[in-house]
Amino acid sequence: MSGATTAMLTEARAWQVLEAVPDPEIPVISVTELGIVREVVATATGLRVVVTPTYSGCPATEVIAQSIRDALVAAGGGDVTVETRLAPAWTTDWITEPAKEKLRAYGIAPPGGDAPVGPQPIRFVPKKLACPRCGSTDSVRLSEFGSTACKALYRCRSCLEPFEYFKPI
Amino acid sequence: MTQQMTSPEHIEYVLRLGDNALILGQRLSEWCGHAPVLEEDMALANMSLDLIGQARMLLTHAGRLEGRGRDEDQLAFLRTEPNYRNLTLCELPNQDFGRTMVRNFLYSSFQKLLWERLMTSSDAELAAIAAKSIKEARYHAQHSGDWVIRLGDGTADSHARAQGALDYLWPYTAEFFATTPVDDAVAAAGVGPVWSELETAWEALVMPVLAEATLTVPARTPFRSYGKFGRHSEHMGHLLAEMQIMQRTYPGAQW
Repeated sequence: MSGATTAMLTEARAWQVLEAVPDPEIPVISVTELGIVREVVATATGLRVVVTPTYSGCPATEVIAQSIRDALVAAGGGDVTVETRLAPAWTTDWITEPAKEKLRAYGIAPPGGDAPVGPQPIRFVPKKLACPRCGSTDSVRLSEFGSTACKALYRCRSCLEPFEYFKPI
Repeated sequence: MTQQMTSPEHIEYVLRLGDNALILGQRLSEWCGHAPVLEEDMALANMSLDLIGQARMLLTHAGRLEGRGRDEDQLAFLRTEPNYRNLTLCELPNQDFGRTMVRNFLYSSFQKLLWERLMTSSDAELAAIAAKSIKEARYHAQHSGDWVIRLGDGTADSHARAQGALDYLWPYTAEFFATTPVDDAVAAAGVGPVWSELETAWEALVMPVLAEATLTVPARTPFRSYGKFGRHSEHMGHLLAEMQIMQRTYPGAQW
């Protein structure tokens, strides 16, 4: 590699690259919009990226780390390491506002921006969620868990379509 | 991670938390493809995943504290039965959906309170795991609490099954709050809470739900379970055989 100048990515450029890395489960939003990329630091030989998992057992975590590594390496990021950081724990409040709109357009009711902090009552009275398809608030919860741990399953009683709700945590 | 002397009790305590999550996660995974309705099949699989994710973090942490080079896989799959420190309640068979929900309710209510307290543990890594896990335990407690009421205050059959489940499981809950030298040591070090305080809080949480479910809470019995000491029920060996077979057959195999 004689004489080749190592053109490393700047941190700002690395963030731009990551804006195009989709979440594997919900491809309409990126890993940055989801709020799981916490830090990007330029190092002597490349980049160090810090991510935080959404849920402890989320099976997408390893795929996400690999996608981040692949995208940054392909963009010339050099040695890319991806670290996991647990604290502070991820919250749906970190999902950006434009991403919430994208979720709605994709058919997933976005989290209400009311992530519970501190002690919660054990009984959970489901909110009247607006159906992401027709907007009706006449909805009923079918299950506390949907196709992934981060979502609950609802049904709209106006248009009769089922839909998922990104649960606030 | 700072290098400091970690007491054997501290390591054992983290191992116990990891084993609780691992063993109940394994039990709940048995429902995959067998739950009464599709929604509950997904819910149980998701809760199992949450618990296995928590187990991975906790066992990794226990292995690092121990400093003998054992990773999450070695701790999860290559120990023998007396070396698991989970509560006996976690290893009991699922039986029917009712018993699974009653157990999840009793256990996740306990976990919710425990994670709340461990968020201020003097062990910073454990506090971080707790802050992550509390968010999951809340949903587990809500989900199973709703089902306990629905089944208890439901048909004659669902009520009888829920009551039978509560009668069967209740004696095992005493082990949640059984104080051992490990518990005393971690409480003194600010790593974990004092059980007597937690027991009061747990009863305040579960009793109103059981009452609304029209279930009768059994009297406390002299029976004691000893999973914390590694003395397990006859069900544990079968569970471990199924869980460990891949690593025992192909040692060191990785995904």
